[in-house]
Amino acid sequence: MVGFAQRQMAEFDGSPTMVELLVPLFAELYEQTGFTRKDIGFWCSGSSDYLAGRSFSFVSAVDAIGALPPVAESHVEMDAAWALYEAWVKIQTGEIDTALVYGFGKSSAGVLRRTLALQLDPYTMTPLWPDTVSLAGLQARLGIEAGLWDEATMAAVAQRSLTDAQDNPHAVRRGGSSVEELLARPMYADPLRKHDCAPVTDGASALVLAADDRARESCERPAWIGGIAHNVDPLHLGARELTSSPSSRRAGDAAGLDGIEIAELHAPFTHQELVLRESFGLRADVRISPSGGALAGNPMFTAGLNRIGEAASRIHSGEATRVMGHATSGPLLQQNLVCVMDGATK
Amino acid sequence: MSTSQARTLSAPVSVNFDYTRSVGPTLAAFFTGLRQGRLVAGRLSDGGVVLPPPEFDPTTHDPVTEFVEVGPTGTVQSWTWVPEPVAGQPFDRPFAFALVLVDGTTAPFLHAVDVPYDELSVGMRVQVRWAEERVGAITDITCFEPATVPSDAGGGSPAQPAAAVPEVVAAHAAQLDGPLITPVNLDYTYAASPEESAFFRGLQEGRILGQRCPTCGKVYVPPRGACPVDGVPTTDEVELAGTGTVTTFCIVNVPFLGQKITPPYVSAYVLLDGADIAFLHLILGVEASEVRMGMRVEAVWRPRDEWGTTVENISHFAPTGEPDADYESYKVHL
Repeated sequence: MVGFAQRQMAEFDGSPTMVELLVPLFAELYEQTGFTRKDIGFWCSGSSDYLAGRSFSFVSAVDAIGALPPVAESHVEMDAAWALYEAWVKIQTGEIDTALVYGFGKSSAGVLRRTLALQLDPYTMTPLWPDTVSLAGLQARLGIEAGLWDEATMAAVAQRSLTDAQDNPHAVRRGGSSVEELLARPMYADPLRKHDCAPVTDGASALVLAADDRARESCERPAWIGGIAHNVDPLHLGARELTSSPSSRRAGDAAGLDGIEIAELHAPFTHQELVLRESFGLRADVRISPSGGALAGNPMFTAGLNRIGEAASRIHSGEATRVMGHATSGPLLQQNLVCVMDGATK
Repeated sequence: MSTSQARTLSAPVSVNFDYTRSVGPTLAAFFTGLRQGRLVAGRLSDGGVVLPPPEFDPTTHDPVTEFVEVGPTGTVQSWTWVPEPVAGQPFDRPFAFALVLVDGTTAPFLHAVDVPYDELSVGMRVQVRWAEERVGAITDITCFEPATVPSDAGGGSPAQPAAAVPEVVAAHAAQLDGPLITPVNLDYTYAASPEESAFFRGLQEGRILGQRCPTCGKVYVPPRGACPVDGVPTTDEVELAGTGTVTTFCIVNVPFLGQKITPPYVSAYVLLDGADIAFLHLILGVEASEVRMGMRVEAVWRPRDEWGTTVENISHFAPTGEPDADYESYKVHL
């Protein structure tokens, strides 16, 4: 991981293809790495047309690359963290030694929490249009009833996140107050208050992967990917324990989380961070989501990639030597990806 | 910053499509049960009883073939308030979604619960409220409501194999009129890019505006956010003539939903004079069989009082009568 750039806003007033954001993001990455587009061996993106109703938006977005002569390009209809996984696999094959991964999404174009009901079972769930906030509320109350967390521990997550977001220029929500003040705010989707839910966010982001000497020549302190894995739980909510996340545990075990100093967790709801912390078995001294995490800005299809990019940035800056970025996709933490990065090669 | 007009043009867009599916034997048992006012769950290899029945056992991955009738009462395991319902949800007023552990099952079932906010609680007993007209869909259950019948001692009856279920499955083909349909309608606010917005605003004034790539000099119309060759923003605005050359075309003979012109008619790529990318439009005012590659055409505008920020301001392109363009002049644009 040798470069990372992002843009986020509550509402983007341009086309859902987001070429307008991607062009300057790519320019920023060329600047960071010294690469030109001709140096990039593979391009891979994450987005979904359902988000804003523009068909083949990922094809239009290719304009931002300048794809003549033709380039090797691919797309996943998942968070761009999974596009990163595809690019990483392609690098492992030895076929390429550089890749640019990007994601984009205009969540504000529709009713996001409703649109996401389309990722549920189309026979038994989607016809009821269970929105993402409602599903999260059901999950949160299960944990509260089981004594796994309570409203105060949930508010503490929001408090830390919003306080950390104060220093993140990309945050669309920031500014902590106190757990007491947060708890005094009204309920929204009982048991959730609005600060328990990530804000609807538009945005795009991109990062560059490079192998061996290509990494050393393009970045002073590359964040070397030491472990990357993803895993999935069953779609049916009745088919899994909702207060834990077996798939994130398996992904964490496969990636190897020993010695992590910073963990950027993709938790769109406060209680989901508590689920993930338990799942990953993170020590008390591991710093959680210093960027403020998804509660400070959750652009669909890039928020997971952003966690990896934010974690890598801590290695680029010399602030940390071993970090992890986590991404989630699907309803209630169904799919999880873990990327562990080191400041030194093994 | 205040401006007299928005940076970009936007308009509402509705996307509608129906998922039309045939269900296999497992879900057919479930949906046929619903149609008959019965809850049919699946028994798994680990002894669990799950509603709706999963098609494959999560442990053995074998098809789930053993069905049991459960409910219609159950216990609320979790609930959440829905203060601002979205379109298509079970109620259009604030309501609760719940995970209900239906009597006889071992895993929760998601549906709405019609109970006032102040009276909701975990552990409350509820029962199915059936829709008056049932078609074999999840919405055959209107919601759950407070139970009116006392629960059995122990809070739930053990699941009994549903003897009638094999008949239920067999009856499916005869009783259901067709596949399961899930209507999907999505409403968006669609925004054009700044370049597209300039193009549409130009059309409102009777002008065709493109943009030139500062690197390769190519002119794109409609303009794009970036030159697809160079990946740089196209910055220079170029006004184009309404005349051009047909590069390629097709004769539309097939009727389709929403078709506005009676076939046969011609849909063509028109390379406007001064542009480097062809523009898709209609060729009218000439027999379809007369249209050919290289034919010179010009834009035919609708009456000015009908103009809006739309490409429909140009009704179609019609032949100018000039001699055909030389193939060499447009061959790189094919």
